[in-house]
Amino acid sequence: MTPSARQLEREQYRRRRTLRRGAVAAVSTIVVLGGLVLAVTSSPGWSNVRRTFFDVAQAKDSLPGIAESFWLNIRLFLVIEVLVLLLGVLIAIIRVVPAPALAPIKVLAVLYTDIFRGTPTLLVVLLVGFGLPALQLTGVPTSLFWLGVIALTLSYGAYVAEVIRAGIVSIHPTQWASGRALGLSYGVTMRRIVLPQAIRRVGPALLNDFVSLQKDTALLATIGLVEALRSAQVDQSRTFNFTPYVVAAVFFIAATIPLARITDYLTVRSLRRENGLVT
Amino acid sequence: MKIFPSGGLTAVAALALALTAACAPADSDGDTNDTAKPAASSLADCQVDDLPLLKDGTLTVATDDPAFDPWFSDNDPSNGKGFESAVAYAVADKLGFAKDDVTWVKAGFNQVIQPGKKNFDFDINQFSISADRKKAVDFSSPYYAAAQAIITLDSSPFKGAKTLEELKDAKLGAQVGTTSLQAITEQIKPSTKALVYDDTTKAVQALQNKQVDAIVADLPSAYYLTAAEIEGGTIVGQFQPETGDQEEFGLLLTKGSKLTPCVSAAVDALADDGTLEKLETEWLDQATDVPELK
Repeated sequence: MTPSARQLEREQYRRRRTLRRGAVAAVSTIVVLGGLVLAVTSSPGWSNVRRTFFDVAQAKDSLPGIAESFWLNIRLFLVIEVLVLLLGVLIAIIRVVPAPALAPIKVLAVLYTDIFRGTPTLLVVLLVGFGLPALQLTGVPTSLFWLGVIALTLSYGAYVAEVIRAGIVSIHPTQWASGRALGLSYGVTMRRIVLPQAIRRVGPALLNDFVSLQKDTALLATIGLVEALRSAQVDQSRTFNFTPYVVAAVFFIAATIPLARITDYLTVRSLRRENGLVT
Repeated sequence: MKIFPSGGLTAVAALALALTAACAPADSDGDTNDTAKPAASSLADCQVDDLPLLKDGTLTVATDDPAFDPWFSDNDPSNGKGFESAVAYAVADKLGFAKDDVTWVKAGFNQVIQPGKKNFDFDINQFSISADRKKAVDFSSPYYAAAQAIITLDSSPFKGAKTLEELKDAKLGAQVGTTSLQAITEQIKPSTKALVYDDTTKAVQALQNKQVDAIVADLPSAYYLTAAEIEGGTIVGQFQPETGDQEEFGLLLTKGSKLTPCVSAAVDALADDGTLEKLETEWLDQATDVPELK
């Protein structure tokens, strides 16, 4: 089927418009970013800054050590992420289940989210990292890796629990009613009907928390773990040159970008599904 | 409503970005244009009125907060107690400042070493002198040479170590930015990586939690820690850092500071007239009974 003349005209117009918009975007990008780069590089202290923060030789020196340490950040992140998700779902469900007998656990769950969302993450890391082993209890891990995992899981579990709870509460009551009307138990309705929709709805917020978690693995340096940031600091304090910090930052950014892109993609996909938006 | 620009537009924008990046100046290989140091002036040319100071007539001295014993006392650098506080006042005295003309400011590690204007005339905070660091800041002549020491608990199997070799399998900890940390990685070369802490307080906590077997610190700090901070702590032994120079502390100044020759001259004078030695005896317990680790 050949498109009509009018359709061809439309397409041609759209192509032209795309080109025109692309050209405007390119010019404004060059002008604005170029201006920024120029402003920074022509400032009086730039040569000093370049020597201190962007020293290529220094970067090459510290790269292998930082890369090796960053593998620890990645391992921490992968373990903590799974645990945080489990804990978050558990706490969220405890908070929404309408069972009066669970009241004491519900109170604990509310206390937990309030306390750990309100405490600076660094403080939790310090208290868990140095406080737990000081108790000299048997069975408490002394391995720094696991202490770090416990600390960040507690802190982030509280955020994620609230996000998931918001997701569950946002699912329309008719979904519950339909499930129960089909003869499904409360548990099955939650597991098969409500939770999948809830998680999907809060996907972007969850991923946002995970991006943040990925960066906060650097806080575990304070309890002695030599991760990427600490590794950079060791190099920096030896030479008094800040370049290793910039190298470490690049690693963290490189690790977060894929997550950010996935978040964007999921957002668009869910908009398309739920609101019929064609983008 | 469009969330993403269409593909063509993204490509054009990316191209624009690439072009902008290409306009950025190429990085040089970070040469430091090391200017030759003027010869240390004699103290006669270094009296208060001739000095390029941050604030006229006062000497602004920086140190970190908290300031630890035995270098300072009661976290108050201005009381003249503790070795580094005493040294700072002795240097000020040599340059012709009265005690009241010395102001103390707090400056953390990163503030001290960042490029650009500093908020002090010099900083005294157990900064070890090294060639690498001299590319970024100025150091005065050394005012103290520190040996390294290994601290552990009485209950530790490493308590009886006679050589550094015997500590190879120990889990060691040290403070970030210290020569102690370098001594671990370059001299002891332990089988498990050293743990790094923000300050000695945290390293001590880790030792007491048995998260590390031993911590490494300079000898005066080690003395103080085992005497006052660590229940059941003991010094296994001391050793000299052998990589490069002996560890020496210097006063830290802004790179290229006009004050450096004068401050150095003052420190040299204090070394020559025996003042430094006197202050060491007064404030730092001297190692007499600590065995050398080979």
